[in-house]
Amino acid sequence: MEPLLITLKTAAAATLITFFAGIFLARFVCNLKRGKTLVDAVIMLPLVLPPTVAGFFLLVTLGKRSPIGKLLLQFDVTLVFTWQAAVIAAAVISLPLMYRTTRAAFEQLDPNIIYAARTLGASERKIFWRIVLPNARAGILAGTVLSFTRAAGEFGATIMFAGNVPGVTQTMSTAIYAAVQANDYDLACKWAIMLATLSLTFIFALNTAVRKSGRHG
Amino acid sequence: MKLDVRVKKNLRDFVLDVEFCVRDEIFALLGASGSGKSMTLKLIAGIETPDEGRITLDGRTLFDSERGINLSPQSRRAGFLFQNYALFPNMTVAENILFAAVGSRDEKLSRLRENLSRFKLNGLEDVFPDKLSGGQAQRVAFARVLASHAEFLLLDEPLSALDNFLRRRLELELAEVFKSYGAAILVSHDGGEVFRLAERIAVINAGKVDAVGSAKEIFTRPPTLTAARLTGCRNISAARKIADDKLFADDWGLTLTAKKIPDGLKFVGIRADSLSTDAGENFFTFEVAAVVEDVDAFDVIVRRAGKQLIWRVNKSRRLNVGDEINLRVPCDKIFLFG
Repeated sequence: MEPLLITLKTAAAATLITFFAGIFLARFVCNLKRGKTLVDAVIMLPLVLPPTVAGFFLLVTLGKRSPIGKLLLQFDVTLVFTWQAAVIAAAVISLPLMYRTTRAAFEQLDPNIIYAARTLGASERKIFWRIVLPNARAGILAGTVLSFTRAAGEFGATIMFAGNVPGVTQTMSTAIYAAVQANDYDLACKWAIMLATLSLTFIFALNTAVRKSGRHG
Repeated sequence: MKLDVRVKKNLRDFVLDVEFCVRDEIFALLGASGSGKSMTLKLIAGIETPDEGRITLDGRTLFDSERGINLSPQSRRAGFLFQNYALFPNMTVAENILFAAVGSRDEKLSRLRENLSRFKLNGLEDVFPDKLSGGQAQRVAFARVLASHAEFLLLDEPLSALDNFLRRRLELELAEVFKSYGAAILVSHDGGEVFRLAERIAVINAGKVDAVGSAKEIFTRPPTLTAARLTGCRNISAARKIADDKLFADDWGLTLTAKKIPDGLKFVGIRADSLSTDAGENFFTFEVAAVVEDVDAFDVIVRRAGKQLIWRVNKSRRLNVGDEINLRVPCDKIFLFG
């Protein structure tokens, strides 16, 4: 059962990060006057790159021989092949989904309601918290579930950066890989079915939640 | 209250370049769609930024390109009413109004109560905007602006999304709303609405102020072709001067007698209801080509030598297609545009 727990724990932690980072980046990019396309492309990169390439970049920038890795080593911290590394890998890979879905939800809002709030004297902060966020609820919810599901199924970047350490970083998808390599098709099948069921459940829950969230609280 | 506006902005199809001054009055910008009138309103509110110009309100500078002043929409204190009402969909009627209300908690609540009853919204406090009818939504938008810090009003076609009956009723309520403010600018393409609500009118055409005057002046003697069109003049023809007191209207095929014909005459206009059956100058024989029954009058299309005019006549008259009719184009009611 360990890979299941590790998968859920990793995906949950990664989603917590992408939730806040995704909303922040969506707002940041929406407010950009110039360079929108470039910043957007950088954030979206992990979605189009093969996950192994993204994992390799993580290894290079955060590994022991990198400046950041050396700095962390001073505090006796190594990231590579730890559970934290699995979280970082899953977060980086699933961030574009959260960011894009949230940004689309922000951009779909009727600009007149934002203008109206401004002319009525509301501060930009108040507008964001009381109008933009609540009216983008359905999109934010969808982004959260999508990035959770993506994080739960993460393989390429995880195996590059966090490895496949049983009991530490072995998630269901890396466990499938290990089982197939060991010729244990029964075990691989068990994890495959489990992972498929989990993803299906979340997408179903997403559809139900988005439908019920309607247009207001 | 004194609002001075002089703004310039490059738009896709033309350069918006307008200048006008609004005192304690209801001022209307009358223009066809795409003439730049809504953009003008947005520039005043601070929603859009002019390329250059100056906007001052009672000596307070809201925008000045030379001095680099550009107040945020928040600090301009303009109450903007949007065509689609722009209510916050995640908030109830009461929350929408409270969002805008200023003052202490008690003051906010009293402003809420006051505006709920003023706009007959009692009982709808907890309803969300998507459950409101168009008229109710419009009233909530009024209530929200009145509860806010707004010092003057900007109305962008505020009634155009409503049916006729509601429209007329809300027009009366709007006239009441105006009494609470020093000044209001109303943007509309509907001549009738502007005539009923505004005291002074600026006619906007392709980004320029085409004519300014009191509502009465603009309607009784439209100074420009655009003003004539927007105030509902339905017979307009290209024309040229042929003698001191004679002109030829090409599209009607008529030689007309008129007073004070300008040398560079280009167009001539006559309202459909100015044509008269009383004999006199400019009396011509037409044939009735079609009769269209409107709510309170007939629109009669009359033809003479293949050219036609529209005559609006009250329903007491019996008219059949093919009838011959003598109509006068009254000298004093002809509009001349150079």
